[in-house]
Amino acid sequence: MSDLNQNMIEKYRNSFLKEVEANVEEGEWVKMCMQCGVCSGSCPLGKHWAHPPQEIFMMIRAGKREAVLASDAMWMCTSCYNCIVRCPREVPITHIMHGLAHYAKRLGLAPKGQPTMAFSQIFWDNMLKAGRVNELKLGLSLYFKDGFVQGVKNSLANAKLGQNMMKAKRMNAAEFFGGHGVKDVSGLQKMIKKAQELEDARIAKYGN
Amino acid sequence: MTEVVATNQTILVVGGGISGMTAAIEAAETGKQVVLVEKRPYLGGRVSQLHKYFPKLCHPTCGLEINQRRTKMNPNLTILTMAEVTGLSGDAGNYSATVKISPRYVNENCTACGDCGKAVSSEFPNEFDYGLSKRKGAYLPNTMAHPMRYVVDPAILGSDEAQKAKDACKYNAIDLDMKEEEISIPCGAVVWATGWKPYDAARIQPYGYDRFPNVVTNVEFERMADPNGPTGGKIVRPSDGKEAKNVAFIQCAGSRDRNHLYHCSRICCMATLKQCHYVTDAYSDANVSVYYIDIRAIDRFEDFYAAVKAKSNVGFIKSKVASVTQDKDGNPVLHGVNTEGYQRYANTHDLVVLAVGMEPSVEAGSFPVDILINREGFIEPAPENGGVFAAGTASDALDVNRSVQHATGAALRAIQVVNRVAGTEG
Repeated sequence: MSDLNQNMIEKYRNSFLKEVEANVEEGEWVKMCMQCGVCSGSCPLGKHWAHPPQEIFMMIRAGKREAVLASDAMWMCTSCYNCIVRCPREVPITHIMHGLAHYAKRLGLAPKGQPTMAFSQIFWDNMLKAGRVNELKLGLSLYFKDGFVQGVKNSLANAKLGQNMMKAKRMNAAEFFGGHGVKDVSGLQKMIKKAQELEDARIAKYGN
Repeated sequence: MTEVVATNQTILVVGGGISGMTAAIEAAETGKQVVLVEKRPYLGGRVSQLHKYFPKLCHPTCGLEINQRRTKMNPNLTILTMAEVTGLSGDAGNYSATVKISPRYVNENCTACGDCGKAVSSEFPNEFDYGLSKRKGAYLPNTMAHPMRYVVDPAILGSDEAQKAKDACKYNAIDLDMKEEEISIPCGAVVWATGWKPYDAARIQPYGYDRFPNVVTNVEFERMADPNGPTGGKIVRPSDGKEAKNVAFIQCAGSRDRNHLYHCSRICCMATLKQCHYVTDAYSDANVSVYYIDIRAIDRFEDFYAAVKAKSNVGFIKSKVASVTQDKDGNPVLHGVNTEGYQRYANTHDLVVLAVGMEPSVEAGSFPVDILINREGFIEPAPENGGVFAAGTASDALDVNRSVQHATGAALRAIQVVNRVAGTEG
């Protein structure tokens, strides 16, 4: 292939596809999609999404940046891996979905109040405190995320579940006061901080 | 003992399907000594199992008959059926092949009168119909088998059945004392035409070939369309024998899929388009759906595609089907998303035909000779292969037309090698 041809390909290549390739986890696989549709057909939650995976990939190639990043589609992925297993091109679709969701959140384009995103944030904050997830506080934070009244309602609705979890030693009331963690919490937090710096630097050239 | 006259100027052809037959006849008709070795009890291979050819929709029996006549007329050609090459040693111009010949238990006295078949009662799955029908323990493999000779299944050997078959024969053609033989054949060049097999559809788990009786493969469907086939040419459902008018074809069943076959099998699009004709010819109220990623009907086949597409009772849905389920009436239900408009569907059909692809019939590790095999399992045209030349679908996924062309080319390569031998030996 000639240099001129290569240059022209570079110059006219859709810039959002390039952005996804550079910044989204496994994003370089998007161009491998051959639009067969088996992922969309295989997704157990497919009918609830605005855009199934193969449509998302086509939208990325078509440069529909806002429509992709602001959609709630990739937030609906439950990581069942049906799509990855069936993809004839071995495209890591699940990972790309999570990559897109994460990237959209970084850019502040993710839909406001998206419940999966809210839960993910709660889970992350909870885990960072001690290096281990505090199940009790995780549940409570989730129930009370929409205010005190709603929180009480949610708690009462799930009281039986909570009791059963305690009975089965899946949850401990004592976790309310601190709870267990990793040996070197500050070390963990330093590691995460460094990783975040690296990622911020990588992403800085795009952003909003 | 089977006597085969051969020298290092002989060309050995392995496989007697359309490619092997072609290579053998072409070489023999130039005056070369040729030995054709075929594993099955008859020549013609998978082509003999086809109902019609694309794009002309004529019957393969026609061309096979011409080839059979050419083989019969040619004194340079020795045919060994029920024979397999188990070893090959030496170099180009000087090979020695070991051939294992399984006993047919029927000698050349056989007139194919069929008395032995009538005398026995034991039945076995009929390989020729991919197990969709039964054949007797003494049987003629197919209606135009060449050689036109019965076979006694080794499974009935030593039983009353075998004796019944022998007693029924008026021509003293049944010889139950035949033994497996191993012979050694010298040859100068080898044409490797071992062909293809349909990809194992049961491995495509979401399509339920192993679970749903009304999900069949395209090769089985081909047998169903044949008047000599298991359903007498009627397109019906295996589960209940009901007429299958609403038929779905799933393309790329195994092909172009890194979980199954890396390659495009090339024939399945045209095979499906041909089989669309079978359904619309059989039923005036047929309703055919073709689920596809893209239709690969190349060059002159494009017209064939256009003609099928113009039929009002054939629809094309651009979608790789995600999964097949079965409703309570035994109807297969196809699930997926139509990528033209992103419409989610759950379509019920009478019968589903999986357009399965081609894989090489000899597995990569089991060639009796050191030979260059590519990732897809086909033989590469490499100088390292010496005097061994692939022909037809042993070299790549090809249709009949291209296989025959390829086989003719392979015959020429083999002739060049034995001509060199003849030259050096004066």
